[in-house]
Amino acid sequence: MYTQSLSIPDGEARGPKKVENPAYQAEFDAKIAAGGFIEAKDWMPEAYRKTLIRQISQHAHSEIVGMLPEGNWITRAPSLKRKAILLAKVQDEGGHGLYLYAAAETLGVSRDELYEALLSGKAKYSSIFNYPTLNWADIGVIGWLVDGAAIMNQIPLCKCSYGPYSRAMVRICKEESFHQRQGYDLLLAMMRGTPEQRDMVQDAVNRWWWPSIMMFGPHDKDSVHTETTRWGIKRISNDDLRQKFVDATVKQAEVLGVSLPDPDLKWNAERGHYDFGAIDWDEFWNVVQGHGQCNVDRLAARVKAWEDGAWVREAALEHARKRAVREKDAA
Amino acid sequence: MERKEWPLWEVFVRSRNGLDHKHCGSVHAPDAKLALQVARDVYTRRQEGVSIWVVKASDIVASDPDAKPELFDPAEDKIYRHPTFYTLPEEVDHM
Amino acid sequence: MTQRNTAAPGHIEYVLRLGDNALILGQRLSEWCGHAPVLEEDMALANTALDLIGQARLLLTHAGRLEGRGRDEDQLAFLRGERDYRNLTLAELPNEDFGRTVVRNFLFAAFQVPLYQRLTASSDAELAAVAAKSLKEARYHLSHAGEWVIRLGDGTDVSHDKAQAALDYLWPYTAEFFAANPIDDAVSAAGIGPAWHNLEADWEAAVVPVLVEATLTVPARTPFASYGKFGRHSEHMGHLLATMQTMQRTYPGAQW
Repeated sequence: MYTQSLSIPDGEARGPKKVENPAYQAEFDAKIAAGGFIEAKDWMPEAYRKTLIRQISQHAHSEIVGMLPEGNWITRAPSLKRKAILLAKVQDEGGHGLYLYAAAETLGVSRDELYEALLSGKAKYSSIFNYPTLNWADIGVIGWLVDGAAIMNQIPLCKCSYGPYSRAMVRICKEESFHQRQGYDLLLAMMRGTPEQRDMVQDAVNRWWWPSIMMFGPHDKDSVHTETTRWGIKRISNDDLRQKFVDATVKQAEVLGVSLPDPDLKWNAERGHYDFGAIDWDEFWNVVQGHGQCNVDRLAARVKAWEDGAWVREAALEHARKRAVREKDAA
Repeated sequence: MERKEWPLWEVFVRSRNGLDHKHCGSVHAPDAKLALQVARDVYTRRQEGVSIWVVKASDIVASDPDAKPELFDPAEDKIYRHPTFYTLPEEVDHM
Repeated sequence: MTQRNTAAPGHIEYVLRLGDNALILGQRLSEWCGHAPVLEEDMALANTALDLIGQARLLLTHAGRLEGRGRDEDQLAFLRGERDYRNLTLAELPNEDFGRTVVRNFLFAAFQVPLYQRLTASSDAELAAVAAKSLKEARYHLSHAGEWVIRLGDGTDVSHDKAQAALDYLWPYTAEFFAANPIDDAVSAAGIGPAWHNLEADWEAAVVPVLVEATLTVPARTPFASYGKFGRHSEHMGHLLATMQTMQRTYPGAQW
């Protein structure tokens, strides 16, 4: 799904080329300035490499933690069609995590190292997944609002300067286009249903609206992204993306017949955009810092899956080793 | 520390006959057979391929920078993976 | 959709057995999503679950049409009482761990393959078409699960023990696959599908060599019997249904 634009320091990552070289640097700068791509084996400044590892891995972590809140409803989906759609969607998120880990690995870090950072609580993932999914409409609203916000964030990343990341994002965006639509479709079906179903939708919208708005990260004036912008990793600012999202969503809410829980939300003809109310940044930072309702449970679920799977991963390696020995002996 | 990570494999998919295999990503797998299977499970969920190659990443020599029906047909009926499966009202249909 | 029920005796029941097997195992496998030992296998398990849910939809839709009382796939999937489900008990058992999950997938797919193979020649054209499509899926499930059985069985000491324990636990439930009954006889006489007890040799031929390669001991048959396909389930079934049916039961008549 997506990563927040947060700059949180990471540990030392091992990697290929740490040499600083003014000639290489000039070549790199020229490539970036011309809008070109940097590929895995190209020389790159250490800070660029580290920033990418951090951003791509946060993004990957977000995908696989993001499987959990929606996964919470797979066994309870109300129809077989919806069950298949949801399972396919959550599976896609696992796939997106996989593509992204692979992109990060081209920068000289292993997936296990990145996992280790996630499971130890050192690495961050998108805070949106620390909110609980409480009714079936949450599945629709996550598709509509959370994936909608994610897509808005991700489309510019398809043109990001690092080739492997950019290609992973192209693939992800292509697959993800069904995610938002299935969510909206699910909500439409519920809004056409009983009063109880409509109440569920409104309840879900009320809970997810502000967290979705927060997905774009801190206001531009409070966030430092000069380098990522210069490097062509981040191409559009947090506030611009957020505004674009709000503008697109208001109409969709009207068609759906739900209200967005913001009394200050109104069209500003002068700006040509919707104005919206103040974001509760205390809540945002609380959740980022680990105090959201589900932070502990989400991480515990990832740790459990990893630890429970250890014997399986070891068995497969051991079998491969035995087989190699046998083939050698037979030869 | 003992190395416990599964090796990395690069995945190449032929999207249809007449086209080259094209690099589309990587997977971790303990051996070639499983690499091929998980590559199928990861990279051909939307009928993206008719043939797959996997190559151990460490076996690739790089320049300096300067199937079968049971493999692929099952994705055929997962039409809900495609955005056009959902009919939305016209006003919001660009979603 | 008020066709008259012209189905041969046992025809509907037989299709329900097929559909419920896919439904209930699909439901169990979907529990894995997000929790598998590696990301790659998470994808693979979800694909198997999706295939099975897809099969269930086709088969239950078909059963509903044969029945001619206007019940669709969801009414059959979500609104029957426990005793009306016709899946093999094996399908409803908890996943437990990855070892039991892949051993079950293996034992089950090895049964589905010869079954669907025979069904491609069914006198019921709709069923034959579903079988032809599902056969390809089942073959892949068999291959993938079989690879895992070999890796776990012939992996580490720990994985060998876990795989053997899983096999020992599940094996008695496979006797039910082949328990003869009048429905099978009627259906097979009508050319609709094979009597399942005639599939045992094919099943063993698929299963045993893989278990041997996996260095696992093939358990002996015991007097143990289970009766899921006759509607008498294990204690696990009620919990599975409580979860699966909750939305349809809580909001009767709602469309989703």
